[in-house]
Amino acid sequence: MYERNEETLAELLRTLPAAPRAWVQAAQEIPLARRGLDEIVERALADQAFRDALIADLEAALKGAGYEPDATLTDAVRTRLAL
Amino acid sequence: MPVVETDAQLVARCRAGDDDAWRELVDRFSRYVYAIAVQAYRLQESDAEDVFQEAFARAYENLHKLRDDSAIRPWLAQLTRRLCIDMLRAGDREQIEESPEPREVDDTLARLDEALAVHEALASLSDNCREILDRFFARDESYRNIGAALDLPAGTIASRISRCLVKLRGELEGRNPASAESGG
Repeated sequence: MYERNEETLAELLRTLPAAPRAWVQAAQEIPLARRGLDEIVERALADQAFRDALIADLEAALKGAGYEPDATLTDAVRTRLAL
Repeated sequence: MPVVETDAQLVARCRAGDDDAWRELVDRFSRYVYAIAVQAYRLQESDAEDVFQEAFARAYENLHKLRDDSAIRPWLAQLTRRLCIDMLRAGDREQIEESPEPREVDDTLARLDEALAVHEALASLSDNCREILDRFFARDESYRNIGAALDLPAGTIASRISRCLVKLRGELEGRNPASAESGG
């Protein structure tokens, strides 16, 4: 095992710079995004008009339903509903 | 001295549906996942971002499959490695040719594991020390910026960094008596 002198510690601290803030925030919001996703999928399966709206213009339909149609959510909706 | 939750405790809270725990888990491992993508596999920023998001998304979905909660770090590392390899394979020929050798990747990952252990030890220090060391070494902030952010005279930052590094070393040696005995 190498010796951990102060210089080595400083190097190791430099080795792990912070990830971009926006990336971290997006990953932290995964549970919220997933909850929104489940609601959207359930509603699309129960409400044909909503499903048609999603197919016609996914982002506009999501926004109209009160969701923030970011890329993560729109990609997930497309996958889950096979749009 | 702050009490730091273990990885296993944090994972258990995540699995129980605690959103705050998930935020903390992402915070704890974000640097590590980022470094695997960018340093070990040398992915470009846009590819690294995709890997980063996918790694955490899969971790969230599959957390219930983790048999040993304390094994979250190696599990997440393995998940990220697989995603990086997939990303490189899906890339163009030039990207594949420039990808690092497996041995190189292993060496980098060993260094990142060590760096993560140091970061975890950082969490045990006082708020002031943690902030000063993180801002100076990991965020590359100047003495002046650190002084302004923490309301400290800029002229004292260098000596504070030095003292905090000594405390950090003490914390690590306390965790690893073998290293301390060997004079490390």
